[in-house]
Amino acid sequence: MIGYIDKIKQISKQILKDCQVEVVMGFRRGTVPMMNEPCFAKTEDDVDQFVWDGNCGINLANYLTGRREKIGIVAKGCDTRNIVTHIIENKIDRDQLYIIGVPCKGMIDRRRTNTLCEGIREVTDRGDTVKIVGTDVEKELAKSDLLQKNCATCAHPNPVIYDELVADLVDQPADTERWADVKKIEAMSSEDKWGYFDDLLKECVRCYACRNACPLCYCPTCFVDESTPQWVGKSQDPIDVRTFHFLRAYHCAGRCTDCGACERACPVGINMRVFTRKLEKDCYDQYGWEAGLTLDVRPPLDTYRADDPEAFIK
Amino acid sequence: MKIIKIDKEDWNIGLKKIADDYRLIGPAKDQEFYLFKPLGPREAPEMGFSNTRLSAKEIIYPQSQAMFNYTLDPNREDHHLLKDAEADDTLTAVIGIRPCDAAAFIQVKRNFDTPEYQDPYWLKAYEKTVLVGLACDQPGPACFCTTAGGGPYDEDALDVLLVDDDSHYMAKAISKKGETLLEKAGWTEAMDTDTAMQTVKKRRKAAENRISSTIATDNLSDADTMVLYDAPFWEDVAFACINCGTCTFLCPTCWCFDIQDETHGMEGRRIRNWDSCMFPLFTLHGSGHNPRGTKVHRVRQRFMHKLKYYVDKYEAGIQCVGCGRCVTQCPVNIDIRKVCELMNNAGGQSVTCAA
Repeated sequence: MIGYIDKIKQISKQILKDCQVEVVMGFRRGTVPMMNEPCFAKTEDDVDQFVWDGNCGINLANYLTGRREKIGIVAKGCDTRNIVTHIIENKIDRDQLYIIGVPCKGMIDRRRTNTLCEGIREVTDRGDTVKIVGTDVEKELAKSDLLQKNCATCAHPNPVIYDELVADLVDQPADTERWADVKKIEAMSSEDKWGYFDDLLKECVRCYACRNACPLCYCPTCFVDESTPQWVGKSQDPIDVRTFHFLRAYHCAGRCTDCGACERACPVGINMRVFTRKLEKDCYDQYGWEAGLTLDVRPPLDTYRADDPEAFIK
Repeated sequence: MKIIKIDKEDWNIGLKKIADDYRLIGPAKDQEFYLFKPLGPREAPEMGFSNTRLSAKEIIYPQSQAMFNYTLDPNREDHHLLKDAEADDTLTAVIGIRPCDAAAFIQVKRNFDTPEYQDPYWLKAYEKTVLVGLACDQPGPACFCTTAGGGPYDEDALDVLLVDDDSHYMAKAISKKGETLLEKAGWTEAMDTDTAMQTVKKRRKAAENRISSTIATDNLSDADTMVLYDAPFWEDVAFACINCGTCTFLCPTCWCFDIQDETHGMEGRRIRNWDSCMFPLFTLHGSGHNPRGTKVHRVRQRFMHKLKYYVDKYEAGIQCVGCGRCVTQCPVNIDIRKVCELMNNAGGQSVTCAA
């Protein structure tokens, strides 16, 4: 994957040169380790800043919402699934996009990696390994041990929609224990679940980084920001904190691609993916549905069929 | 100035002695990172941290704070009247606060304590708090306090400065409040001042040398406000921003709040909550108009406030202590050091953004 960048640059420059697009969205090197920054290249010179490695975990589909111009976008598997969702939900037009598909080998978990040694100054993706340079210490670890949790169980690393690929498709991962994390929570008693969720959300500062990093959260005004009427209190009252997280998760049901953007963004280390994961599993179990794999079928929770087997809907 | 030697074996004994007089707050490890937490009777602060994930601002300025209580019950004599919420006036000692976080209180105080207006909640809490600072020997890669007006051994904003010298702490009382705390803890063993000061100086130098990150702010004060405001780099700076509140909520110097009335049944309270200039709702008018309607507006506001308006208004430097939290925790790598460089170099003429 670290060899992709030349091809990414070449395609990006070509489509800018041919005026197929007005901008290309990619990544440039960030100023802190494991944080490459979304970058908006308008010229071929801008493209020279582009980088690609395991530190490009931000979901660029988030930057497409409501844009009017023709856009080139560098997109890994999950990003393309969110692009599909965006197209279905009329947030962007397929014709506006030139999708530069990146077969993905997984993103580095910046939170976990940051705990491995003091004062991390440099984290380099070397393909199979990751080199970490901290204060007075240097380590080289297997990349498979440092992947974001969603990447470690990812079922769709390859782009599902693209105009051009930057490399051959990667092997589809073997059927991993994909829902082990959800099953573990499902097996808890009610009291244990209650305690687990209490503990999970106790440090939330309501910065809404999880919501704002999520490509699905594009409502012009989020329900927590409505002021006439105001649906949710603004304080640190745990009921309001939970209301935000639960409703946000439900709003993503059948739409979430488990790209991990929410968990990656959280400044206080909350794994709010446990909520969306459960809904993802339910959609999979009950409707055989995985979000963002096709432009031809609408998500299960925004369709109505007269032959729906459930009585309550008739 | 007297320097006290606190043997680490006497550390917990001293803390126990003051636990009756002070509510003790100190750093505690919470899974992946450290946070300030109230210390229980047998809990000692975990002093081996680089810095806490959230700043110490919440100790004096809680994220949600009740200002008034009220009742809507017409049978009650005092219905529809705002009554002062019960203030917690317990004397509080913050153990292990870093000099940067303490310096932030001085910056924030300029806003909460002006000749025209004094914020009673913030000031009361500030007066009731003793800051027992821990000099910073392991500044992080994104720390830039030395060029943000402070330093890892900066004592100006503290009541006591502790310097970790392996088997013991060296403690220097900076204020009367600090002196009282040291006495109450029974920490009274004076060291030879000259020798102690030499050790402190040596350690301070070593800590300062570990800071590899810097900013330049020398042109900000003279720069033309409108030139900075209209600078061409804002769109590029703001592109990646997702307008979450991470930077402002983690910032020890961000002070904005929003006031809300919350009523449950007949009883209610007026509370103030941290707010963020990154949120569209922050400036939304009742008419529906939003004067900062786009994220470029909002991103520019945050940096202009910290690096220009504050500089001009108080003539005491920037509104930033260089703790690096916004830099390391921003989900999309918006970096105040980079923006400061762009602003400082704007110099009254237009510039283009270097990556």
